[in-house]
Amino acid sequence: MAVSVDEAVSTGPARDRGRPARRRGGRGRSVLEVALLTVLAVVMLFPVLWMIETSIKENRDVYAVPAEFFGFTVTMEHFKDVFVGPDGGRSALSVAFLNSVLVAGASTVLATLLGVPAAWAYSRFAVKAKKDQLFFILSTRFMPPVVVVIPIFLMYRQVGLIDSKLGLILIYAAYNLPFTIWMMKGFVDEVPSEYEDAAMLDGYTRLQAFRRHTLPLLVPGIAATAVFALIFSWNEFVFAIFLTSSDSVRTAPPAIAGLIGGTTTDWGLVAAASVVFALPVLVFAYLVRKHLIAGVTLGAVRR
Amino acid sequence: MGTVAAHGLCKSFGKVQALDGVSLDVPDGAFFVVLGPSGAGKTTTLRAIAGLEKLDAGSVHLDGRDATGDAPAERDLAMVFQSYALYPRHTVYENIASPLRARRCSASEIAAAVEQMSRLLHIERLLQRRPAQLSGGEMQRVALARALVRSPRAFLMDEPLTNLDLKLRVEMRTELTRIHRSLGATFVYVTNDQVEALSMADQVAVLKEGTVQQVGTPTEVYERPANQWVAGFVGSPPISLLACHAEGDRLVGAQGWTLPRPRWSTAQDGQPLLLGLRAEDLSVEQRGDASLPGELYGLEPLGDRTVVDVQVGTTIVKVKARPTVTGTPGERLQVTVDLDRAHLFDADTGLSVSEAGR
Repeated sequence: MAVSVDEAVSTGPARDRGRPARRRGGRGRSVLEVALLTVLAVVMLFPVLWMIETSIKENRDVYAVPAEFFGFTVTMEHFKDVFVGPDGGRSALSVAFLNSVLVAGASTVLATLLGVPAAWAYSRFAVKAKKDQLFFILSTRFMPPVVVVIPIFLMYRQVGLIDSKLGLILIYAAYNLPFTIWMMKGFVDEVPSEYEDAAMLDGYTRLQAFRRHTLPLLVPGIAATAVFALIFSWNEFVFAIFLTSSDSVRTAPPAIAGLIGGTTTDWGLVAAASVVFALPVLVFAYLVRKHLIAGVTLGAVRR
Repeated sequence: MGTVAAHGLCKSFGKVQALDGVSLDVPDGAFFVVLGPSGAGKTTTLRAIAGLEKLDAGSVHLDGRDATGDAPAERDLAMVFQSYALYPRHTVYENIASPLRARRCSASEIAAAVEQMSRLLHIERLLQRRPAQLSGGEMQRVALARALVRSPRAFLMDEPLTNLDLKLRVEMRTELTRIHRSLGATFVYVTNDQVEALSMADQVAVLKEGTVQQVGTPTEVYERPANQWVAGFVGSPPISLLACHAEGDRLVGAQGWTLPRPRWSTAQDGQPLLLGLRAEDLSVEQRGDASLPGELYGLEPLGDRTVVDVQVGTTIVKVKARPTVTGTPGERLQVTVDLDRAHLFDADTGLSVSEAGR
């Protein structure tokens, strides 16, 4: 999610940096490149593969020594356990997943609803000390969550937001808002303000002009930004574990973490829950990839 | 029906003073051109009139009513942008219809108006296209159609011809003049092209660094520039300026030449002056009673005429001559001056020191 200041607010066309003379060195170098990348890919992907294998192994195979890569009995039992409780009803994990969907979705919607108009205003209007304000907004992201979680815990206890989904939605929206404003400001900057000027002279108000002409052009940018916010909220662990405790409120990350520990750990269940948890992120990452290309090339097209 | 009056417009962007007390009075039905180099504040003036720019000081009156605080939509003005600002997602038809849709006109009214406009501007076959599929000239016509589709108080045009190639520009110049005549509407037209200003305008306001230098008819601005800067900016090739001072009944140049002192000048003896000579008021072919000694510096053949560069002292004087004129650089010659059409400016203030009403 690394979006640098320059990328987010670039005014000039996006340039293709960092591709100097890649052909130099010839064949030997490219073989080395492929070898290194392969090693890297194996190292990075092995845990994912192991997670998927574990999720479909029977419990005795999970603990088998030496580990069985192939030829184990495939079972979907763990996936069933993710959603169905031992009593046949809804499992605690499935509640956690629903909570995650609700919290991540609502916080993203909130951050987008607040952030897009704010980005538009920062892009279009002469605001006093605009740069300082934007820096201040960004600076709220400088601290890792764990630094602020104690004060937020105390504040939430005062106002009764501890162990509530609303509390999580608010804190995630607050955390996503600076990111949304910065990223969206970059997209708004790319849309010429003349469309709005022309629409206002046609007889529309400024807000109508924004809605009719600028907003539709921002949709790819909004989608990309929202997906980033969604992924952040979906993955967030620190706030979730500190600010929630009951099963009915907890989101998936602390719920999955809660499976580990005690006397025995059902690794099959942990792995299956992790697979289910990772799927939406994979899907959305794929969407972001597509929209990010649109975002990067937006500035390169001469108007 | 529409008069536009701007009074004492001031606007700064950070440290840059874009407008420094600009006042304009555009009479009803006029083709009013705001002329100036880039950065003079022309566009800012137009945007201030349109209500797109918040002013630091000054007022805008439309039809005699104070509209300074009004939103652009309330001002009943139409504008053509330099970039055309056609809505990229909409078809040409929808682009032209937009001002009518904003005013909740009925579908049949819109269809009729769009059809009439597209005929006037010869863009009937483009109506279903999108802006990206249009050429520069076509986009320009669509932008014009969008402005002309309703009858606003006044039309504001921000360098609408700048992005066109020369041939198209000349065509559109004629066409715009024709449209202005047939509509009888008020046009406020911004340009940095003096040819556009002189050929189209009823009145020209010359702008420099956010201040109005002169307002007048094209002839007035060309024949009687208020100051040295206007004289230099309007006219091609640019006016030649020679340092001199008045002494008795003579005008004595810094490089030793003398000319008869023009009767129309209000200059004092000894006052440092600049003599402004337009290329067409000079001749290297005819003899007259007033002439400057010089040396041929170079020839610029332009087809219909040749501009002769003559070095007088250290200054290059540009002289318009017939295309058949010949000469070798370094050759000594006399430049005959039509003193009745010359200009004198105070060298310090740049202001004209000619009698008013000459």
